[in-house]
Amino acid sequence: MEDLRPDAVPGGSGSAMEEIVGESINRGLLGAPAEISIAAIETGGEGESSRHKLSLGAKFAIGWMVFVILFAIFAKLGIITWGDPNESFTRCARRGPFSEEGSVSGFLAGCDSNGRNMMARLALGAWSSLYVAIGAIILGFTIGGTLGVIAGYFGGKVDTFLTGLFNIFLSIPGVVLALALVAFLQGSAEQAQDAFLSPELILIIAIGVVSIPLVGRIARASALSWTQREFVLAARSQGAKHRRVIIKEVLPNVLPAIFSISLLGIAIAIVVEGTLAILGVGIKPPTPSWGNIIATDRGNLFTSPHIVFEASMMIFFTVLSLNMLGDVIRSRFDVREGVL
Amino acid sequence: MSKPKPTDIEKRVSAAGSTVTQSSETLLEVSDLTTYFRSSRGLVRAVDGVSFKLDRGKTLGIVGESGSGKTVLARSIMGLLPRSGLERNGSILFEGTELIDFGPKEMRPYWGAQMSMIFQDPMTSLNPVMKIGNQISESIREHLDVSKQYAKELSEQLLVSVRIPEAARRLDEYPHQLSGGMRQRVCIAVALACGPKLLFADEPTTALDVTVQAQVLDLMATAQNERFMAMILITHDLGVVAGRTDEIVVMYAGRIVERADTKTLFSNMKMPYTEALLKSIPRVDQPSHLRLSTIPGRPPDLVNPPEGCKFAPRCAYAQDRCTQEEPPLREITPGHEYRCWFPVGTPEGAGALANNRAQGTTATGLVFQEPEVATTTRGDG
Repeated sequence: MEDLRPDAVPGGSGSAMEEIVGESINRGLLGAPAEISIAAIETGGEGESSRHKLSLGAKFAIGWMVFVILFAIFAKLGIITWGDPNESFTRCARRGPFSEEGSVSGFLAGCDSNGRNMMARLALGAWSSLYVAIGAIILGFTIGGTLGVIAGYFGGKVDTFLTGLFNIFLSIPGVVLALALVAFLQGSAEQAQDAFLSPELILIIAIGVVSIPLVGRIARASALSWTQREFVLAARSQGAKHRRVIIKEVLPNVLPAIFSISLLGIAIAIVVEGTLAILGVGIKPPTPSWGNIIATDRGNLFTSPHIVFEASMMIFFTVLSLNMLGDVIRSRFDVREGVL
Repeated sequence: MSKPKPTDIEKRVSAAGSTVTQSSETLLEVSDLTTYFRSSRGLVRAVDGVSFKLDRGKTLGIVGESGSGKTVLARSIMGLLPRSGLERNGSILFEGTELIDFGPKEMRPYWGAQMSMIFQDPMTSLNPVMKIGNQISESIREHLDVSKQYAKELSEQLLVSVRIPEAARRLDEYPHQLSGGMRQRVCIAVALACGPKLLFADEPTTALDVTVQAQVLDLMATAQNERFMAMILITHDLGVVAGRTDEIVVMYAGRIVERADTKTLFSNMKMPYTEALLKSIPRVDQPSHLRLSTIPGRPPDLVNPPEGCKFAPRCAYAQDRCTQEEPPLREITPGHEYRCWFPVGTPEGAGALANNRAQGTTATGLVFQEPEVATTTRGDG
């Protein structure tokens, strides 16, 4: 009799059960009465209501993004700076957050190899990283989205040309392309003594250009499927011009898809900025960014791992949160998984 | 360039064509219209030499099964087909203007304002993310130079005229908040917004609940009478066009196979295809357990259509002549033309039927089935 037990719940063990238990824990944490969570286990859970309820992960993601954005803005505006990010306390150099000197001096996150306040650097680094990443994605979103919608709507030769262009850009590895663009733009900025092309702007343009084909392809795929719908033909049969049909009929339907991919794009851009920093072309020190904090102190990984670890964790949680938010938006607006 | 007074526009919107004398003047004249698509398999002859005339305020029914070219014909006349791979020839005279060479730019003033279309599925022909009010007022503002506020008032009037309750509130709702029948009413309102002279209704009731179908058709008839608007009603259901059209065109394989006024077509059909279509409508006076009769086989391949009569492979009357020579569209009695060598209800037809009955198969090898409806429907029309 005992041998038969596992068979009595075919496939019920493992992931399915964990999910149910996980859900009941979620419910418990969200303040639902304990009886309901027991009932949920017994009936196999009621998945329907979860569609419009934020999961715990999504709540965490929103919380984290609010924290990071406020952290960055307060540091930039000087409201809460956590200290001077560039002042060097040689006595505290490489001290971790829980070391004696670190706690005594009030540096919550310890110090980097030059004895600079890590908390202040992480906060200002958040600003640089997000500024570059969001700027780049706004660029990619606008240009890539526009080109993609045009390609998907008009089809034919326009589509062939633009898709070909996207493919050419996609075939070059993103980091290499960004590297080349930074080198080119920096060179021309130095030659022209152009004050407008600040290092941040150069990075924004470089990463933005890399993201154009990514957003463009999603926008094209989505626009292509919406353009086939009858309401587009109906609008045309009422005499609407192409511009009007694109802006009023196709674009509002495409936006959720490209908005969601853009959130993921911000995450990718943060990582690309970090990579560029490690390669030496990111935000120039002493201005901190998460990427160049890692780049500067990657040599001290064994002696004082907290420096790289803290900056990496900031990137990790931000990227994770943006991915989760992207998923939430996608499922909220019922954008089909297939277009991604 | 002063803005027209609201009263003028109101007149134009609510009663387009009322200024025209209500004579039976020709509005649309299509002659020898062909619409071919170039495909990798060859030339698809979707519409192959169609000619008809439509007078102002009249209704023409276009009947045929799926793939007979009804929808392509309508979209071809309106110039709504994608232009790549399209070969469109013939003549489309709309109020005396030749439209065949017009591109989208030249057609735009006609779309919505002169001719307009209602689509089959109201679920997909409204933009899911746009408020209903905006969808209606958009085309009003596109064609008529009126203020936003006035366009909104007109939209509300239009919704009232298509019998949508609480019209003012509906303006701010989205399509998903309405039922299918209501959505089709909104589509009708959109199509009527600029007072077109010609309305194409492409299977307007196919996607609707049967209980709503009659309401929507009645509504369209009322709107048509109020505006003295011509209508082309496309359907696969002879039951829908019966009693609602002045004239019916039966299409098969991209061609007209029979054209007659509604009464003649139902009482004195000549084409075996029309007869077979009518036979496949379930009838209330038949026992409910009776099997529905079907037309055997499928519509022909439009890339390689069969020699001779296109319907011959599925026709109970088919003789050797049908497989060799294509019958021309002959006008035997005025206003009634058809494409058949052995028409229903003629000595030739009866002979062909007797011949096939005796052999048990038709000339194309089809097992003979008695087209019995011809005798039962003849009387009640």
